[in-house]
Amino acid sequence: MKIIDAAHVFFDYVRRDENDNIEEVSHALRDLNLTIEKGSFVCILGHNGSGKSTFAKLLNGLNLPKDGEVFVAGMPTSDESKLLEIREAAGMVFQNPDNQIIANVVEEDVGFGPENIGVPTEEIWRRVEASLSAVGMLSYRMKSPNRLSGGQKQRVAIAGVMAMKPACIILDEPTAMLDPNGRKDVMRTVHELNERDGITIVHITHYMEEAVDADRIVVMDGGRVVMDGTPREIFSQVEELKALSLCVPQVTELAYELKCAGLPLPDGILTREELVKELMPLISGTSSAEDGGDGK
Amino acid sequence: MIRDITIGQYYPVDSPIHRLDPRVKLAGTMVFLISLFAASGIVAYAIATVVLFALIRLSRVPFKFITKGLKTILILLIISVSFNLFLTDGTPIVTFGFLKITWEGLSLAFFMAVRLVYLVIASSLMTLTTTPNQLTDGLEKGLGFLKRFSIPVHEISMMMSIALRFIPILIEETDKIMKAQTARGADFESGNIIERAKAMVPILVPLFISAFRRASDLAMAMEARCYHGGEGRTKMKPLHYEKRDKLAYWLMLIYFLLMLATRFLPF
Amino acid sequence: MSIRCEKLTHIYQQGTAMQSYALRDISFEIEDGEFIGLIGHTGSGKSTLIQHLNGLMRPSSGTVYFNGEDIFAEGYDLRALRGRVGLVFQYPEYQLFEADVLSDVKYGPKNMGLTDAEAEERAKEALKLSGLSEEFYERSPFELSGGQKRRAAIAGVLAMRPQVLILDEPTAGLDPKGRDEILETVSELHKKQHTTILLVSHSMEDIAQYADRLLVLNEGNLCYFDRPKRVFQYYRELERMGLSAPQITYLMHELKDEGADVDTSIGTVAEAKDAILALYEKKQAGRKKQVN
Repeated sequence: MKIIDAAHVFFDYVRRDENDNIEEVSHALRDLNLTIEKGSFVCILGHNGSGKSTFAKLLNGLNLPKDGEVFVAGMPTSDESKLLEIREAAGMVFQNPDNQIIANVVEEDVGFGPENIGVPTEEIWRRVEASLSAVGMLSYRMKSPNRLSGGQKQRVAIAGVMAMKPACIILDEPTAMLDPNGRKDVMRTVHELNERDGITIVHITHYMEEAVDADRIVVMDGGRVVMDGTPREIFSQVEELKALSLCVPQVTELAYELKCAGLPLPDGILTREELVKELMPLISGTSSAEDGGDGK
Repeated sequence: MIRDITIGQYYPVDSPIHRLDPRVKLAGTMVFLISLFAASGIVAYAIATVVLFALIRLSRVPFKFITKGLKTILILLIISVSFNLFLTDGTPIVTFGFLKITWEGLSLAFFMAVRLVYLVIASSLMTLTTTPNQLTDGLEKGLGFLKRFSIPVHEISMMMSIALRFIPILIEETDKIMKAQTARGADFESGNIIERAKAMVPILVPLFISAFRRASDLAMAMEARCYHGGEGRTKMKPLHYEKRDKLAYWLMLIYFLLMLATRFLPF
Repeated sequence: MSIRCEKLTHIYQQGTAMQSYALRDISFEIEDGEFIGLIGHTGSGKSTLIQHLNGLMRPSSGTVYFNGEDIFAEGYDLRALRGRVGLVFQYPEYQLFEADVLSDVKYGPKNMGLTDAEAEERAKEALKLSGLSEEFYERSPFELSGGQKRRAAIAGVLAMRPQVLILDEPTAGLDPKGRDEILETVSELHKKQHTTILLVSHSMEDIAQYADRLLVLNEGNLCYFDRPKRVFQYYRELERMGLSAPQITYLMHELKDEGADVDTSIGTVAEAKDAILALYEKKQAGRKKQVN
């Protein structure tokens, strides 16, 4: 089942001068087509200005397409009467952890969304508790957000979205401002939500390592989808990715370099385990066969 | 340092005062303030003093926290006391040239000082025993009747609550920007007033831009979470009056009547 | 020479119940022209340390020597020091304030008391070094892209012609291309201008590639100060501090565990490639011998 369906979507940013005359138009999205299956984990990659964030904001009606139509859980985002339902179904997490937490106490922030859609009080409490434990932040419920680390704040933001019982969560570079440990925690959390609760995840990132475990990778450039496939398919196209100002995980890059140098390795190696398994038959036993004095 | 400024200095203990509904505390503070100005005479002040100190004891907030707020009004206190002391007509006690201290001035200055000090203590007691969230909730609900006069009560209280969340963030940011500009050789300490004001531009411009960016991010995040004003909103922590709150209202009424009654005493 | 810390200690909220050590007895010496990596878990004292190096923070005890002089001594010109030890904070683009890029970059040199013409010359030189082309000089800094803003902000520090450049996570929040460009700029400065670099980074891969030596902080203590290869041998200890070794180092360890004869101190893709290729070719040659 499709949870997100964007067909022939165009979006422009228009800058106007004081007299409301058009000064500059930039085409952020040009004929974008993308469908996302329910329950999948999709990573969107692309350099700055490729249209990723613009696309993310179309998915819950924060932006409306200039042309074309976006359907979320079967509802067109252009239908204003469905806007709240769409935002309930497709929650968003943004880049800056500080600028999306509204309340002064963690649990009240998580309750903010349900309050907005008129959920009864007892139900709000149930949802807040369930969401906070789903992201592993229940013991911080009474804390002030200012006392949390970046990764913890992002998990609170994810809990805030979970409390709306969404079918899909769109994360717009949620790890960009975090340290490696915060990044790991956030990634673990979203993978858990995807696997355990069947939440569809659309994860936008600049960290290639975070895309390795996705079901599918979509690469954007110039407001279009230019590559679409499994991580293995995408990361085997090293030169194409570099041409799009992207890169591949270091292990994949090493495998690719070795392959270019003549080693018989398969395309798109993603993990260290894979590379070790492929390399061992090619390099093992050399020191003992020839000059045993090499090994220390 | 700029970070030392504390705002919303809630003192977290459990006490009968802490547990009261924020609307009761807001109303109580108002009643106390009005009573200080409505009543006069030594008996009234004795009653007010007893009540105030009883409340402080009940709140279990250490006394030094209560008096912390007094420092900020020290100058105001000195000015108002000296005006009353020196510029009131009546029976002079001492005279220095055109300045004279009179009996009337002395008593007026004394009562003025007591009023000001009690006013600050009472409002500190409220903020020390009420979290900023309870306070804004209390204001929203307590002033809800103003909606009928198309005053956006919900929006105002939402703004207050967001401001409380972002003040510490912006203070920290100011500190960071100041350091960054100092690293680029800026000097905020020397020079005359105009030079110093000019030196603030490299701090204020980035700070404003950052505040606007945060505001626009936050607005988007709120919209994404289905925020659409106060209409049709439920509350996670709705305010209910308990028995103790009703009792507090009765005590408040009795206190106020008592204070009014002192006006009819002959002394 | 250059920068020497001696028993540098910084205590937060000294004398209160909340007293805590941000830095504890830190001593090290950075040579002229070195490229130093500084790593540590969030809250390990990295930013406190770098703010001592140009006198933005004062130590509770101990001191910092710059070119042999105690920078916290009475009468030492801290403002002049800040021109020589340039500090680029995290997300430096948030400090841009002027109407156009060139004026913003001139702010530092002007604070140092240079004339407008001199400041402009330095600003242009710094913008060139940071890789921002002339078409941007007259633009508002707020119209630039994220990566360009970052470069304009770095130019603002470079315009003071620092001998030492400290950068606190200069690549945070950028896309892969932006990250590479900034690191290349820093590396060029190090190679061509012989600027001493102190790079704070969370990316062990970047550190492995660029740094000559590595400072490792943990809870305010200096744990290691050595070549990256040596430090990354302690990957288990680093993990306990919430850090790690580069991916490639882990790979080399795994290959070694499987019985391959590889150098486990390798940390970059290029070195790993050479090492593995050498083994592969040796094996191929051995096979040929056997066939013959």
